[in-house]
Amino acid sequence: MKARASFWLVNGALWLGAAAALFPLLWMLSVSLMPSGASSTYPPPLWPAAFTLDHYRDLFAAQHMGRYFLNSVIVASSATLLALVFNGMAGYAFAKLRFRGREALYQLLLAGLLVPVQVTMIPLFGLLKWLGLVNTYAGAIIPGVASIFGIFLVRQFALSIPDELLDAARVDGASEWRVFRSVVVPVLKPILVTLAIFVFLATWNDFMWPLIVLSDRDMLTLPVALASLASEHVQDNELMMAGAVVTVLPVLLLFLALQRFYLRGIMAGSVKG
Amino acid sequence: MALVRLEQVRKVYDSGQVAVAGASFTVADGELVALVGPSGCGKSTLLRMIAGLEGITSGDLYIGDRRVNDDAPRDRDIAMVFQNYALYPHMSVRDNLAFGLKLRGASKASIDEQVRAAAATLELGALLDRKPRALSGGQRQRVALGRALVRNPRVFLLDEPLSNLDAKLRLSMRSEIGRLHRSLRATMLYVTHDQVEAMTLGQRIVVLNAGEIQQIDTPMQLYDEPANLFVAGFIGSPAMNFFRGRLGTTPRSQLLCHDAVLPLPPEHLARPALRSAANEIIVGLRPEDLGLCAPGTSAASATSGGDDYSFEGVLESVEPVGNEIFLHVRYAGAERICRVPPQALPEPGQALRLRYTPAKLKYFDASSGARLA
Repeated sequence: MKARASFWLVNGALWLGAAAALFPLLWMLSVSLMPSGASSTYPPPLWPAAFTLDHYRDLFAAQHMGRYFLNSVIVASSATLLALVFNGMAGYAFAKLRFRGREALYQLLLAGLLVPVQVTMIPLFGLLKWLGLVNTYAGAIIPGVASIFGIFLVRQFALSIPDELLDAARVDGASEWRVFRSVVVPVLKPILVTLAIFVFLATWNDFMWPLIVLSDRDMLTLPVALASLASEHVQDNELMMAGAVVTVLPVLLLFLALQRFYLRGIMAGSVKG
Repeated sequence: MALVRLEQVRKVYDSGQVAVAGASFTVADGELVALVGPSGCGKSTLLRMIAGLEGITSGDLYIGDRRVNDDAPRDRDIAMVFQNYALYPHMSVRDNLAFGLKLRGASKASIDEQVRAAAATLELGALLDRKPRALSGGQRQRVALGRALVRNPRVFLLDEPLSNLDAKLRLSMRSEIGRLHRSLRATMLYVTHDQVEAMTLGQRIVVLNAGEIQQIDTPMQLYDEPANLFVAGFIGSPAMNFFRGRLGTTPRSQLLCHDAVLPLPPEHLARPALRSAANEIIVGLRPEDLGLCAPGTSAASATSGGDDYSFEGVLESVEPVGNEIFLHVRYAGAERICRVPPQALPEPGQALRLRYTPAKLKYFDASSGARLA
């Protein structure tokens, strides 16, 4: 009897929490389908009285949403791919390759974790300006491709690869590059998927850095574009919500599709098997 | 196939620790040499240096007539089998076997052919499409062996390949490796800490301790004529019995050992190495060179009965293993082990007289461990 009560209590609390988390998302979707002004009536309607896709049409036809979407896709996917390459190689090197100064360098990197991102933004902007990368995709992509956290994540996972596995490949005739490509990468797959999700989410949702480095209207990514849309169309909640749906939906779907790997990645090493 | 020649090969780590102190020996073409020694003696380091996985501090390493000190592992044309198998977890058995061939740019047809041949030799045919995690320990080790022999390398290096297997499997894999060696006529270096494995597989054995080579010889020669105290104690199970003491000649040739005297043949003490031994020496006797005197034999009757060389101890315990019995006998302050055929025995706690064959006595310097005679 007692077990039954706690079952309902725990599950009830979880359901309530899930509902509270999901409600704003669902209402966002609902409002985006309402005719202009419908959401501003009192009491606010939960459900559209009349469905319309006008706002989506407007976003893509008149508001260049397609362009912003493309910008976000380009920036987030290139940053993700490059982050996998650089963090993957660096994490593996720190875990498994012997080179002079490895430990000192790694300690230095870890110390770098203590520096807040915001502090680095002005020097970073100066650096990119000097490189001529301001207002380019590269300017938005490059600062994210090698992160201390990413290197740390891959290194911790790579530590669990037995040295003999790498030695076996070397004796089998593989070059160091081939060892990495044919043996290490497949073994690192779970953690690389996790890293890909982290980086893609972070880059896709990033507001601050694209706002700083991208000024040309045609270069804006979705969150920045959405913010400027909001200041232009203060009254049009339904249009804003449609923009928010377009921004949120792809990453939500990506996360759901990859969560199987993602869980395996963050659990890796903590539980045997 | 090729010979492997080491000339003063030395490994010193950055920390200053000497892992291998100048190893020199040659493995003949087609020979199986076992490297044996306790954990941390440098045998695996030596093997990894031959593989090219560990740098050589000084000395020369030749495979065939080519000096390979600075060659990468992939340029040495060697194959290695690891203790924990080290199979590629994401590849099927077939791909594990084919990986090395692919890297060497073999054609698809010849890869298929060679993989099939290796799989047939090791009875892996039914497992080719499985992943390593779906295999048992013995099957994994066979795949690891297959991965080595599929490439037909010049030298096989085996690093404790059987120590992760259970006792029964170890025995069958041991004879399988012996069979492979005979059929392939391959040059093999086999590292193990198990002296039985080394004795049964090795045509010659290199005994290592603390980075130093102690002796290189055939298994029986190592057993019968150990070069020093370490080899004498390491090879053989149960281990050789050691009696430590000073030599004396009055009233007869003997070893004054703790509170007892062990009779020794006068002609042994006449040997130059022993005549000049002023300090303590150690006398060694293998368990099977000790035997039981008939019950009730006293020292006097033993001498008159021709058992000149015997001593009396107290039976502490009896270990019957079926085909033979190990007797633990306390004598001169330590436990001695005697190996006898199955027979009726007195109860533990009783006195027992053991005789020994004087020709089998080995003499060592107590401080240096060197063999004296």
